[in-house]
Parts: sequence; C-alpha cells; structure tokens
Amino acid sequence: MTAAPEHTAYPVGGMPPTRTPADTPPPADVARVRDLAVTVGHKPLLIDVDLTVRRGERVGLIGESGSGKSLTALAIMGLLPEDLAPTGSVVVTGQGPGGIARTTSVLEAGEHGLAAMRGRDVAMVFQEPMTALNPTMRVGAQVAEVMTIHRTVADRGAAARRAVELLDKVGLPDAAEAARAYPHQLSGGQRQRVVVAMALANDPALLICDEPTTALDVTVQALVLDLIVRGVEARDAGLLFITHDLAVVASVCERVLVMYGGRVVEAGPVLDVFTRPRHRYTRGLIGASDLDLSRPEGGLYTIQGSVPAAGRFPAGCVFRNRCTHATVECEAVPPWVGSGPEEGFACAHPVVHHEGGGS
Amino acid sequence: MLLRIAERTAVLLVSLGVSSALVFGFMVLLPGDPARVALGVNATEADVSRLRLEFGLERPLVEQYLSWVGGLVHLDPGISYVSRAQIGPQIADRLQVSLILVAASMTIAVALALPFGTLMAVHHRKASGLVLSALSQVGVAVPAFLAGILLITVFAVQLRWLPASGWTPPAYDPGMFLQQLLLPALSLGLVQGAVLTRYVRSAVLDVLREDFLRTARAKGLTPMRALVRHGLRNAAVPVVTVLGLQLATLLVGAVVIERVFVIPGLGSLLLDAVGNRDLIVVQDVVMVLVVAVLIVNFVVDLLYLAIDPRLRTVAR
Repeated sequence: MTAAPEHTAYPVGGMPPTRTPADTPPPADVARVRDLAVTVGHKPLLIDVDLTVRRGERVGLIGESGSGKSLTALAIMGLLPEDLAPTGSVVVTGQGPGGIARTTSVLEAGEHGLAAMRGRDVAMVFQEPMTALNPTMRVGAQVAEVMTIHRTVADRGAAARRAVELLDKVGLPDAAEAARAYPHQLSGGQRQRVVVAMALANDPALLICDEPTTALDVTVQALVLDLIVRGVEARDAGLLFITHDLAVVASVCERVLVMYGGRVVEAGPVLDVFTRPRHRYTRGLIGASDLDLSRPEGGLYTIQGSVPAAGRFPAGCVFRNRCTHATVECEAVPPWVGSGPEEGFACAHPVVHHEGGGS
Repeated sequence: MLLRIAERTAVLLVSLGVSSALVFGFMVLLPGDPARVALGVNATEADVSRLRLEFGLERPLVEQYLSWVGGLVHLDPGISYVSRAQIGPQIADRLQVSLILVAASMTIAVALALPFGTLMAVHHRKASGLVLSALSQVGVAVPAFLAGILLITVFAVQLRWLPASGWTPPAYDPGMFLQQLLLPALSLGLVQGAVLTRYVRSAVLDVLREDFLRTARAKGLTPMRALVRHGLRNAAVPVVTVLGLQLATLLVGAVVIERVFVIPGLGSLLLDAVGNRDLIVVQDVVMVLVVAVLIVNFVVDLLYLAIDPRLRTVAR
C-alpha cells in the first residue's frame, strides 16, 4: 500500500486511486525480468537483475550514470547492441492484434517477433529529443508511421488524422500545422512531446522512459512529466521510469528500484525507500540529492569517489570501494534481504533506522 | 526555399562569368600569337596578319572577350582557326558522345555503390563486409585507363565477346552501340563505383549510429526497414556531394578513356585541337567542360535542398 509522497514536486495531474482490495486479481505483469545478466567479453554489465512492472503501475529505476539503468531498459526493448550477450529471461506481455494478449520472450525472440512487439506492446521515450526524430521527415508522418507499421489504424489517411489528434493531445499548439513541421522547426520540449505522442500512439501495455526530461528546460520538464503520467494512466499502462532525479521519481512512481554497478541494490515502495533507505548506496544517493541536508562542516553530502568504468566494479558488494561502512564481510556478495525482488536490499551493513533516522 | 534557389542560381551565374573570364585570360596569357600558332612556323607575315584580321584578333581584348561570350550564350562558339569549320556542331556531336559515356559510367558506379556500400556498412563487423571492403580498396587503387586495358585484354582480345574499340551512334545500330559502350563505361564505372562505395559505406555507418534510427527500431521497424525508410535519405547528403565531384572528374577523366577506346568524344576533340594548335577550339571545349562542372555543382546544391529540410531555412 503506497501513498503519494507529501512533497510532490511536479504537478502530475493527480495520483491514481490506491489499489488494494484483495478480491480483485492482481494486475497482469507487462514486463517480467528475471536473473538478467549482460556481459561484454568477460566484463559483466548487468548481474541478476529482477524487475516486474504490472499494468497501471509506475516503477522508477534510479542510480548514477553507469549503473545499468539504460541497459536494463534496452534489454526489455530487445535493443541491446549486437556485441552484448544477455542471459536470463525478459518477458513482455502486451495486447497483440485483436486485443488478444501476446507474450514475447525478448531474449529468445527473432528480429521479426521483436519488431512486432516494439512500438506496440512496449514503447520507449529516449533522453535526447533533439536527435530522436528523423530530421528529413515531417513529424506528423513520423507519428503516423508507428500506427501504419502495426496496422492499428485502417489506412494511411486514418493514421495521418490520428497523428494530428495525438499531437493535439500532447499539447502542441495548432497540431495540424505542427504535423507538417520538420523536427528542426520545433523546440526541444515540443520534440519530446512528439516522441511521447509516438510512444503512446498504439496504446502500449508498457511505456519505458529513459530520462525523458533530463535534456529539457526545468519549466518544460513538469509539463512533459505530466503528459507521460496522464498518458499511461489513461491507458492503464505500466510505466518504467529511468532517472537520476529523485524528486521526479517521488512524484511520478509508486515503486522504485535502486541500481548500482549493474545490480539492483535496493527496491521497495518509493516512500519507504526514500524515507528509510537501507542500502548504504541508497542512503548516499538520497543524502546527495537532499539540498536541505548539509554536512556539519559545511557543503552538501556527496558519495565519495566516482562510478567505476563498466566491468571494473569490485567483486562482492559492488559499492564497497566507495562505502565508508565496508568491511571484509563485503568481499562476498551480500544476500538479498526482504520479502521478494520488489522489496528488499542487498547490504551487509544496512542503515538501521530505529537508532534515529539515519547514521 | 525559393530564396535559397535564387541564391544558388546567382552563385551559378557569377561563377560562369568569372570562369569564362579566367579561361579567356589564360588563352591570352599563353605565349605566342594564336594566328601564328595556327598557321605554323613557315607562315608568312602577310598570312598571319590576314588571319588576325579575319578572326578579329586586332580588336581590344575586352571586345574579343565579349564577342566570344556573346557567341557562347547564343550557342555559337565561332569558327576554327585551322579548319575554318563551325565549332558549334562539332562540340554538340562530341558532347553527346561524352555525355552518354559519362552517364553510363555513373549509372554503373551508382548501381554498384549503393547496394554494396550499404551491405558493407550493415555487415561491417562480419567477414562479408571485410571482403567487400578489400575488393573496393583494390578498385580504388586501379586507374581507369588500366582497368580499360585489362578489360580489353580479357573481353575483347582473349574471349572476343566485345569489340575492343570504336563508337556507333545509338540511332544507327543500337546493338552495336551497346556492345561498344560496355567496356569503356565499365572501366570508368568500376573505378568510380569502388570510390563511391567507400563513401556510401561511411555515410551509412554514420547514420546507423544516429538516435533516430534507434527510434525507428523502437517503433517496430526491423533494422533493414529502419535503414531504408529513415537512414538512406539522411545518408544521401555526403553521397550526393561525392557524386557531384565524381561527375566532374568523369567529364574530364573520360578524355583518357576516349583515347584508349577510340571514342569520338569531347576528350578526343580537345586532344586533337591541342595537337592542331587550334586554340579557339581548345578554349571552347575547356569552357564547355567548365560549364558542365558548374551545372553539376548547381544541381548538387539543389539536391541538398531537396534532401535535407534543415538546409532550406535561410536564417540561422
């Protein structure tokens, strides 16, 4: 049971009613990732990643750059670079043609199976709106294309009309005119709206957003976030939201997974993780993000050191070379403590909260 | 958009003016009197001055230049000092032959470069890509005239499949025309195709790394369809640039191949004119080549505008 955090930093158009009653069956999984590991050569990039997103659920994925967040997202899309070898299982369930549930085993599926899934069952909004659109194609045509590819509309004419509707819904002024524009004639915020319209065009069961607002002006960020949240709510879609902006996660997501060194180090409801972090990395991440909190000797809290290069994380606990609490015990991989992959942490020296809200 | 086209047209007109002045200027600067050069060392003073009068060489240079340019504008490049024949029809005949040869070579080059360059980019990590890459490298290293001689040796002398040389107008005997066109067009086209392949490869490789291609795949396009629908047009700008340069090179480079295959093109006219010291013909042919190159550049500029909408906006 989750409640909206008190300090909603962005207008998100109202949180959904909290779902509970035990008599309704739990919503179906739209993405189910188990034991996902990705290596390049012998360097591990992702290890033992478990992640589930259900219909109507908004899940955050946080961590510093180089933690493996984007790689996890690309693995779900089946868009990993060719030289990366994923193992484990990634299952995406969406609405196939005719509304019949379609399940895709992403790591095993062929290119055609994946192409049928992408843009239909699962869609993605990327970080950089300036380069995400084809510069030589009108934006209306680019939005219409995702519908003609999957035949979710009757014909090209219908796709073009629906594209204008979608552009209008994402708040482009004069959508009919905007549909005829080329990407370079739009601002970054407007382009990201086009990308969102494109991603939502086929009512996907899962929307993955990889830092969708990082490249945007602060004033535009809130509007685009609102658009994404309202978009997935209207479709009862699952949302996997990748960011390193904790305030955004707090306002958008219900559950959160914290990644570091290619592993999920902590997971749980947003409120729990943010107010009572257990993993030392999560603690550091929240301390570094909290501008109200400053060290007694002055200056903001930071995590010492920097993220190692891919494959250069220490054995055992991946965080131990930057952790002030690390001991010899941390040379072994700490076991996952918690009720399941959705709630728990992997830390040998977790933050103990009854001692007074932090260390 | 219209402003951009007007801008390019203005550039074309100015370049035409400047280059005609340069061509004329170079001919004036050449040591020796064109009339004396045309008549040879044994000509008498009286003959020379008669020729000078006849061809208006006594007039001021500006007047000579203007009357030459005026003639060119009216498609009348004048009369040969040596043969006294009209130069216009000769150039028209020869230009037609050269244009056919260049067009055929370019078609072969493009037909080779687009599919192979794209394949090389898509398979750049696989053995097939490497083999194609090595083959194109060989093609780049071979000069066209050597390719021509090799082709003659194999297909004309050894196998006797095709004639070694000559030219038949297409209207006269289409079969013979094609047979005689094939080897010279191949020797130019294979070499230019090998060069172009490498540019297509690098342009496609660049475009494969673009974010919007990942977007296209995220929409549900297979890698090949994403490349064809979203990549190729974006890869076209650098390829068109090289194509323009190659066309210009071919127009001039055909001179040698026309010699090898005994083809009555513009190149052989130029070489003949140089041999006969027919300076006005040299001047005209050079100017025709310059005009052709400038027009190619103009068309390339217009193609840029057609391909990339970002270039259409004037203000930046």
